[in-house]
Amino acid sequence: MEFFIISMLNGLSYGLLLFMLSSGLTLIFSMMGVLNFAHASFYMIGAYFGFTLTNIIGFWPALIIAPILVGGCGVIFERLTLRKVHKFGHVPELLVTFGLSYIVYELVQLIWGRTAVEFVPPELLKGSAFTLINHTSQGLSMVWGAAPAEMCKSIDDAIRIVCSPFPATRAFMMFVALLMLLSLWLLLTKTRIGLVIQAALTHPETVESLGHNVPRVFMMVFGAGTGLAGLAGVIGGSTFVTEPAMAATVGSVIFVVVVVGGMGSLSGAFLASLLIGVIQTFAIAFDYSFVSVAKDLGFQLSDALANNSVLKLTVSQVAPILPYLFLVLILIFRPKGLLGTREG
Amino acid sequence: MSYALELKDLRKNFGKTEIIRGANLAVNAGERVAIIGPNGAGKSTLFNLISGRFGPTSGEILLNGQRIDHKAPYEINRMGLSRSFQITNIFPKLSVFENLRCAVLWSLGYKYTFLKFLSGLKDANELAEKYMEMIRLDKKRDLLAMNLTYAEQRALEIGITIAGGSNVILLDEPTAGMSKSETSRFINLIKEVTVGKTLLTVEHDMGVVFGLADKIAVVVYGEVIAYDTPEAVRSNAKVQEAYLGSHVDEEQAGGH
Amino acid sequence: MKTYHFKPYNVGRWVIWSLFAIVLIFAPLIFTSNLSGTMLAQMGIAIIACLSYNILLGQGGMLSFGHAVYTGLGSFVAIHALNAITAGTSSIPVSLLPLIGGFAGIGFAVLLGYVTTKKSGTPFAMITLGVAELVFAMSLMFSEFFGGEAGISGNRVAGQTVWGITFGPQIQVYYLIAIYTFICVALMYAFTQTPLGRILNAVRDNPERVEFIGYNTQRVRYFAFIIAGFFAGISGGLGALNFEIVTSEVVGAGRSGGYLLFTFLGGATFFFGPIIGGILMVLAFVLLSELTKAWLLYLGLLFLFMVMYAPGGIASLIMMNLRVAAFGKLKQIWVSYLALFVTGFVALIGAGAMIEMVYHLQLNSALGDTLKFMGTTLNAKGVDSWFGSIFVMLTGLGLFEVVRRHFLIEWGDIQVEIEKEIKRRETA
Repeated sequence: MEFFIISMLNGLSYGLLLFMLSSGLTLIFSMMGVLNFAHASFYMIGAYFGFTLTNIIGFWPALIIAPILVGGCGVIFERLTLRKVHKFGHVPELLVTFGLSYIVYELVQLIWGRTAVEFVPPELLKGSAFTLINHTSQGLSMVWGAAPAEMCKSIDDAIRIVCSPFPATRAFMMFVALLMLLSLWLLLTKTRIGLVIQAALTHPETVESLGHNVPRVFMMVFGAGTGLAGLAGVIGGSTFVTEPAMAATVGSVIFVVVVVGGMGSLSGAFLASLLIGVIQTFAIAFDYSFVSVAKDLGFQLSDALANNSVLKLTVSQVAPILPYLFLVLILIFRPKGLLGTREG
Repeated sequence: MSYALELKDLRKNFGKTEIIRGANLAVNAGERVAIIGPNGAGKSTLFNLISGRFGPTSGEILLNGQRIDHKAPYEINRMGLSRSFQITNIFPKLSVFENLRCAVLWSLGYKYTFLKFLSGLKDANELAEKYMEMIRLDKKRDLLAMNLTYAEQRALEIGITIAGGSNVILLDEPTAGMSKSETSRFINLIKEVTVGKTLLTVEHDMGVVFGLADKIAVVVYGEVIAYDTPEAVRSNAKVQEAYLGSHVDEEQAGGH
Repeated sequence: MKTYHFKPYNVGRWVIWSLFAIVLIFAPLIFTSNLSGTMLAQMGIAIIACLSYNILLGQGGMLSFGHAVYTGLGSFVAIHALNAITAGTSSIPVSLLPLIGGFAGIGFAVLLGYVTTKKSGTPFAMITLGVAELVFAMSLMFSEFFGGEAGISGNRVAGQTVWGITFGPQIQVYYLIAIYTFICVALMYAFTQTPLGRILNAVRDNPERVEFIGYNTQRVRYFAFIIAGFFAGISGGLGALNFEIVTSEVVGAGRSGGYLLFTFLGGATFFFGPIIGGILMVLAFVLLSELTKAWLLYLGLLFLFMVMYAPGGIASLIMMNLRVAAFGKLKQIWVSYLALFVTGFVALIGAGAMIEMVYHLQLNSALGDTLKFMGTTLNAKGVDSWFGSIFVMLTGLGLFEVVRRHFLIEWGDIQVEIEKEIKRRETA
């Protein structure tokens, strides 16, 4: 039971991280029609900036400053490069961000090296947010923070106590993501600039003719989107690992999220992020394969079947391809995406 | 004898907004129909519904007696209906000749073949040449379409539309953005190239309308309020009201 | 009235194709070193791969991030077939193995392409990315087909030898590749002259309009995808023969990215652009990577500049200048070109020196602080080296900018003159 709860929370936290990234991507795509191939690269830059800044001024100031720096990089890139290719169409825009991802990858390795760096979370987040204790006779209970050792050890052999901690970093990730989601929603629906953005989402020329500086709005949106990615990077980098390959690992998943959720739909991206986050987290935890399940159920398998490498695959081994399988299935059965409203 | 094009209680809603609210029309083969109406009446939407760009919310569209509502554009085109666009919709990076040749390929049955060379397709090449002369762009044969003047591009637009040999042609504001002299030349061109075909054209220029059309359909607020010869439409009270305001308003205004 | 059409024998076409064949035949006789031998072989493979990619990108407007899936799977199927030949369970001659790769390419394109071509534009690109990740992830899971970490190896000296050709020596493999290259290039060029090829161009230019002239755009894309998959598979099969080993990186994102990068660099808007791209790809991977550790960075930057300033690639640059030359205006501008190149080169040296020094500090610091760069010794930690490089770069950049503006004015004038000349010839 506690396994389910902890895994669910882990999945949700990972899904919320994916949403932090895919929301920025969706915003940029909806507004500018640009698919930012380098979005995960900004995520990576955020993590590395966070790492360096943490070593200079500490984690909490870095948490604020690093995303701003990353957003600044995004603004510079938009101004210098993206704007120039805007007139050529969407394919060159995508290609330009593609080229940027190469460059960022090389630069990161150049400056910080090719191996992972030790981006440690601050003291406050090092422990567990809470711990679930499953006592055979007393049932499920929860303790804030880490559970003391004696609560997890059972003296009696008949009683089994299992302590499942939930890391504080993950809890913090969920907190920041939800906060960001709330602010985004408030910004888009309640403020004037949000109205302008919503209008420019579908009718940029009209908004421009109304006197709004649409290129400047685009630049801000790109900066905000990449800044969000940077924020996700600081948190993701300290929770997981900060290495040059981190952009590639999460990059393709967020594209899947955006297509599965429906191109241009924020709520779709939200749903898809959570779905994929939860499914992948659960899948990694399961060690069942077709063969093992059959054995558990008492079926007799022939030698050939039992040794078949496909059937021997455990769910956890298959976990990495689940998002992409999901993508293919969605495309066959619901090409618009889960909550998609417009064609890409 | 079925009508060339028939609309039966056609309706189209975008979300909650009703754009087409029960349009009825029956066009005989070979007729030239001008579709007029105030801005926002839904004329382009009607064209989009008929040509399959989007599907109706309810109602029927029949082409030569067969249902075509909810069919894909290419299916409708293969059944004999072609349309042009208000905003020029040609193949910019292909030459004038290539544009027209592409337009004739399907109708000649070449489908998706990659086993024949374009240069060897005598019928396609001759047909493309013929249409090129018809729309008077033979001197610009190898010019890329994006390098043509606006009027030339409009002519090419018409050319692509009729090259497929469809019997029912829809022209969406073909003379949009043209000067007076260009317009009159263009109208003669349209008359020439649509001989024997059923033509529906959305137009704002009344001179064009009265010179070109056998019948006029007046579309107001998503309904066809009148469908008759030009003289009859001119004197139709409902049409006058739609364009000029009602008698009552006039009298009130005049009376101060 | 009967019109007579006179089609003169297209001499130019025969000349070009014959030249191409001659280059293919005589290249290894001119460049005789071992290195050249392997590079030429790889170039042939890369040319077919990039041309097949351009069926999607340049001719169809379909940006794919996963083309390596089809070349790679073609390689895997071919190497398994090769092992079957070695084991005696198959009697297909080795020379036909690339065709097996080609058919594998068709098969996978039929299977995966159906889902992939359901969308177009940006969603299409993302789907290709997802499918590529799917296949790559699967390649790490199914070790029977993909060979796991070690990959699958084979021996191309297998089966029956015809006329004493065993395909053992590199030169024999080269000529096999050369034959396939010539035939594939010819076939792919022929494709551009067929109805499907032309409609594919129309789909690229205006997919909506194509529907209104009777064509199902999705079908068109699907068929083009399959044809591209065929040639991709052939390229993969040749690769399997050439290297005699296939590892999972052949379906990886790096390779797909490489096809995209170099096809675009060579020029997606002209048929021969990807040929240039394929050649550059091999030169970069084999030679440039040896020259400097920063080669990927340079490549990324070059790609970025190309997209911004020359989106038609090197091929378009060549064609633009050929046009200028055809009108006899090249002599007006060659001085500007020279100035551009010199100043640009100077700026590049400055920037390159700095990049190399940083790389040296990062990666080779154990070797000491000094490194050789273009004939001089730089001290990676020395202030004067840094100051010198920055100075050189900034000077170069400044001068480049001045020359560039002048060049643009001259270029603009020339274009206007050419337009006038064209109009004059038209009305004459």
